[in-house]
Amino acid sequence: MPGAQERVLRRRIGSVQNTKKITRAMELIAATRVAKAQLRAHEARPYAEHITNVIQDLAAGGAQVDHPLLRPVEIPEKIGVVVMAADRGLAGSFNSSVIKAAEREVQAARSGSKQYALVTVGSKPADYFRFRNYEIEAEFRGFSDKPTFSDAARVAGRVSDLFVNGGCDQILIAYTRFISLGSQEPVVRRFLPLESTEVVATGGDAGATAGFEFEPSGAAVLESLLPRYVEARIFAALLDSAASEHASRQRAMKAATDNAEDLILKLTRKINQVRQDAITTEIMEIIGGAEALADDRGDPEDLLLDHMFSDPFPRHDGEHSRHVIGHDSF
Amino acid sequence: MSLQVELVSPERVAYSGDAKMVVCRTTAGDIAFQPGHIPLIGVLQTHPVKIIGEDSEMTVAVHEGFVEVSAPDADGNTRITILSDVCELADAIDVDRARTAKERAEAALLSDPNDPGAQSALERAEVRLSVLEAS
Repeated sequence: MPGAQERVLRRRIGSVQNTKKITRAMELIAATRVAKAQLRAHEARPYAEHITNVIQDLAAGGAQVDHPLLRPVEIPEKIGVVVMAADRGLAGSFNSSVIKAAEREVQAARSGSKQYALVTVGSKPADYFRFRNYEIEAEFRGFSDKPTFSDAARVAGRVSDLFVNGGCDQILIAYTRFISLGSQEPVVRRFLPLESTEVVATGGDAGATAGFEFEPSGAAVLESLLPRYVEARIFAALLDSAASEHASRQRAMKAATDNAEDLILKLTRKINQVRQDAITTEIMEIIGGAEALADDRGDPEDLLLDHMFSDPFPRHDGEHSRHVIGHDSF
Repeated sequence: MSLQVELVSPERVAYSGDAKMVVCRTTAGDIAFQPGHIPLIGVLQTHPVKIIGEDSEMTVAVHEGFVEVSAPDADGNTRITILSDVCELADAIDVDRARTAKERAEAALLSDPNDPGAQSALERAEVRLSVLEAS
């Protein structure tokens, strides 16, 4: 009959085992998803590269680089911060580290007595900032683990609008850069205005000889190209963030599964020890009881045990054992 | 001398291969590219793009975007890149969906002929259907 402590331990092992099953499943799911997310990020790269090339060619071709999205600012008055994190937790420090990075930017803007506008992607940052009474300009949720281009276009549209019409002079973007399966890094990047000097300078004179023609005109091409460029960059950040989310979750769940295994091992040891203790105590009690009885009668031959076993305690002492058998056959 | 064509959508490279000629419609009108074309950057309309190969012809639904013709390389190969939010090859188009989208857009236009959303939806559906017919 298991003791109370043993029963409690057994129940705990059961619950840890159930938790372990869940974390193991989540680990495996995250592992397949991270591979898919990586593939998507990889497949999206050509578009971003090509669109950057086109902008450089455009600049090289002598198009007028004058667009609201390129408008440079000396000292920004209102800073927009875009935070990209996950809709769900259980991904280690993935959410908190990128949220902290964004919050630092907002605090910096506040202490510099500047205005800020927050755009959140994913439920976690929205909940975090809402709980702390930050003003949230726009929030997006529901696609953090598998963003599509149309999701990116929606975010980009809102962010560009904030920059062009919403009074923000600078947009920062906080997301998690996917470096490899083992390492992701929360980063804050300047997003808007687009770095026209950089984009234009790199293409500077290399393509000047290319002499591009434009249909219908350089300005018109730029006009429709820049929003796409913004979308492509947001999309790239979203995909990076999604891949990082899955990688972080995989790692967190792996750690949780390992922990559960350790815990089960420890609890099993404990339960064995407790059981052993209980048995020892029981034996002690029986022996104690028996001795008490023996003391009462004063005759060891009256032990109850003698009746249960034909030869309970084989003795080396021959005479004594013969005596016991004789008693039994009586 | 050949024409290397690449159709790139934000999510992946939809098509890449060689061709003899590419025909598409920019906002300034139809334009065809052959190997050795002058470098050009154009804004595309929502219109089917025709890729004509040695012995085959392919039509792709392209919903706005850009075409870039880069300067011929040392071998005289010209690279054409079409960047678009949506590049759909015929086999990726859902006929029923395109048809219902067309009907829906037409119905919306009956009540409000100036609805820009419905107009572009109708345009997209028609492009998809014409690509299907051509294939």
